Amino acid sequence: MSLPEIEHREHYLNINYGIRSWLLTTDHKRIAWLYLLSVTFFFFIGGLFATFVRLELMTPQGDLVQAETYNKLFTMHGVTMVFFFLIPGIPAVLGNFLVPMMIGARDLAFPRLNLASWYIFILGGAFTLTAAAAGGVDTGWTFYTPYSSIYSNTHVALTVVGVFITGFSSILTGLNFIVTIHKMRAPGLTWFRLPLFIWAHYATSIIFILGTPVIAITLVLVGLERIFRLGIFDPALGGDPVLFQHLFWFYSHPAVYIMVLPAMGVVSELIACFSRKRIFGYTVVAFASLAIAVIGFLVWGHHMFVSGQSVHAGMIFSFLSFLVAIPSAIKVFNWTATLYKGSVSYDAPMLYALGFIGLFTIGGLTGLFLATLGIDVHVHDTYFVVAHFHYIMVGGSVMGYLGGIHFWWPKMTGRTYPEGWARLAALIIFIGFHLTFFPQFVLGYIGMPRRYHVYPPEFQVLNVMSTAGASILAVGYLLPLVYLIWSLRYGTVAGANPWGARGLEWQTPSPPPTTNFDTPPVVTEGAYAYEKDPEEIYTVRKPAHV
Amino acid sequence: MSKVEAFRAHHFTDLDQQHAASWIGMWVFLATEVMFFGGMFACYTVYRFWYAEAFASASNHLDVWLGAINTVVLIGSSFTMALAVYNAETGRRKPLIHFLLLTIVLGLVFLGIKFYEYHTKFEEHLVPGSSFQYEGPLARQAEIFFSLYFAMTGMHAVHMIIGIGLLAALVFKARRGRFSALYHTPVELTGLYWHFVDIVWIFLFPLLYLLGRHL
Repeated sequence: MSLPEIEHREHYLNINYGIRSWLLTTDHKRIAWLYLLSVTFFFFIGGLFATFVRLELMTPQGDLVQAETYNKLFTMHGVTMVFFFLIPGIPAVLGNFLVPMMIGARDLAFPRLNLASWYIFILGGAFTLTAAAAGGVDTGWTFYTPYSSIYSNTHVALTVVGVFITGFSSILTGLNFIVTIHKMRAPGLTWFRLPLFIWAHYATSIIFILGTPVIAITLVLVGLERIFRLGIFDPALGGDPVLFQHLFWFYSHPAVYIMVLPAMGVVSELIACFSRKRIFGYTVVAFASLAIAVIGFLVWGHHMFVSGQSVHAGMIFSFLSFLVAIPSAIKVFNWTATLYKGSVSYDAPMLYALGFIGLFTIGGLTGLFLATLGIDVHVHDTYFVVAHFHYIMVGGSVMGYLGGIHFWWPKMTGRTYPEGWARLAALIIFIGFHLTFFPQFVLGYIGMPRRYHVYPPEFQVLNVMSTAGASILAVGYLLPLVYLIWSLRYGTVAGANPWGARGLEWQTPSPPPTTNFDTPPVVTEGAYAYEKDPEEIYTVRKPAHV
Repeated sequence: MSKVEAFRAHHFTDLDQQHAASWIGMWVFLATEVMFFGGMFACYTVYRFWYAEAFASASNHLDVWLGAINTVVLIGSSFTMALAVYNAETGRRKPLIHFLLLTIVLGLVFLGIKFYEYHTKFEEHLVPGSSFQYEGPLARQAEIFFSLYFAMTGMHAVHMIIGIGLLAALVFKARRGRFSALYHTPVELTGLYWHFVDIVWIFLFPLLYLLGRHL
């Protein structure tokens, strides 16, 4: 059998070979690959911890692990998934690859800083994995004081250092995106011609640069308290553990929007492409991203309704949390309106996009339950909360991430993935996801608390359903790993624009040349001009400085 | 390719775009720094509000004269830094190097005085932890004051050390003639950083040293 060959020309993958050309690259496309490999690694590590959690919860007794081990398992699942997969996932992989291409730039504004951010990420990951290998950490991913600062006997300091370091990789990525989007857009590419993916990444970057430093200093203070006994949150001195919670959630609630905003950007691209229409209400969707980023900074107190926060603060945070649902809902309505009278096709990326809309809606609406003071008291710290945020983080972010990886895979590699397998995997993930997490809503509502390894026998049926769903989900996640690697060699040649999409990134060969565009593009039309031919929406010009 | 063009990285269209990008990048970075220190200022505000009396009395254990001298030293260093940037803009290499070196010296003087202050606190058992000793009923809350004092001034000192490292790199580059009237972005950006660190101290000094002096 002869293998399909990509036409022989120089592109970013074959321009040079060898480990140095990758580890010292400043090409944003190669750095995206470095991130892709790293976050995939952390995703499966995090998944491994989740596997043990679900296995333990098959039975009411603690028969697989002891309470101490269980605490470490869910902590390390959370830490790995949140800080090393979900937060860097879409921005550092797809954002890195696509932000310069979508705006017609040759690279991000600071290519060396971009590479540095990957090394920082790896260094932080190394600390955290070392902590895990040395015996783990058991505080929960939230590192609540005074348990984390005084009482826990596990490797808190090492983990906190790891998360602290990784934060700087986020900051550098966000800084790079903001400067790039401001200064590097192609001629004619005005703000309101930008793809919504770019708006979403701009909003995400704002959270990166304003939120991440706060968690950084908070973790420094926890570290100082733990190592040098500088008692800033120590209740024995009159310090306030709730102050820690305020600072922690000031970052960590917006961090949820770091996870979901880029996924919304991906979904906007997919919905437009696979219904061959402009996004309905483009401007509103663009501003909704910014609104989510801004209001998202003002809702953190809804994590602390039962932490001893004042009643008035609780009411204000409840109100603001309802408010942040509005721009999110606007996005959902506008995507749905885009589908209306579009010529919709159901390729695998579109399946993920539609899955995102459904799951994000469920996750978002149950978030309103939790924003309601009275209901939150009932379901606080139960599986209802666990189910809610997994609908957002897994149902939202991971669906968006996988949809984006499939959609841009031909651009990144020059080859297409096997469509049939991809649709099957999307379906398996959708079914497995619901089976895993829907029972957890019920479990939480009828009173099963989170973070316990034993539970009363009457909760077993729903827990077994959840574990069965998790194994289906695992199959769904392993399938793309296999067929995407397979497609690197055996996939059919994609060509420049296999989807007939209108974004600038599709108007250059796949895989793109190192400089992204053979001739710098000039844009004459807004994003998603699906009613026009691709040739009409941008022109080329001779570079000015030649 | 002209000498100036040599400083343009390949992915920028021209030097103006490159300069504007670096400039925005630095301001964005300073925004992250504001939030970084902001976390500690938030802690300070909460505890100062709750434990005003303890904070005022603990503040009296700091040496206000050393703090004041350090404030003058640091403002002086911002002045020499501004002169360094001015000389970079006008392309005068010798005075640029001299003012950079002077800024480094003032930064080191600041750190020296700070180190002496830390040393005194250590001898007076005012460092939080098991050796902390403080007379009176407000001892525990005073320990929070000193925790914040060491965290905030310590983090500020770390920024000073990084700044001195950056200045040293600038001196090295300036000696090799890397800066000219047309290209001196690193000097400008380091200047911004240095002024920022200076401003942080201008907030820290009254908040930590001047509490309760009217008592």
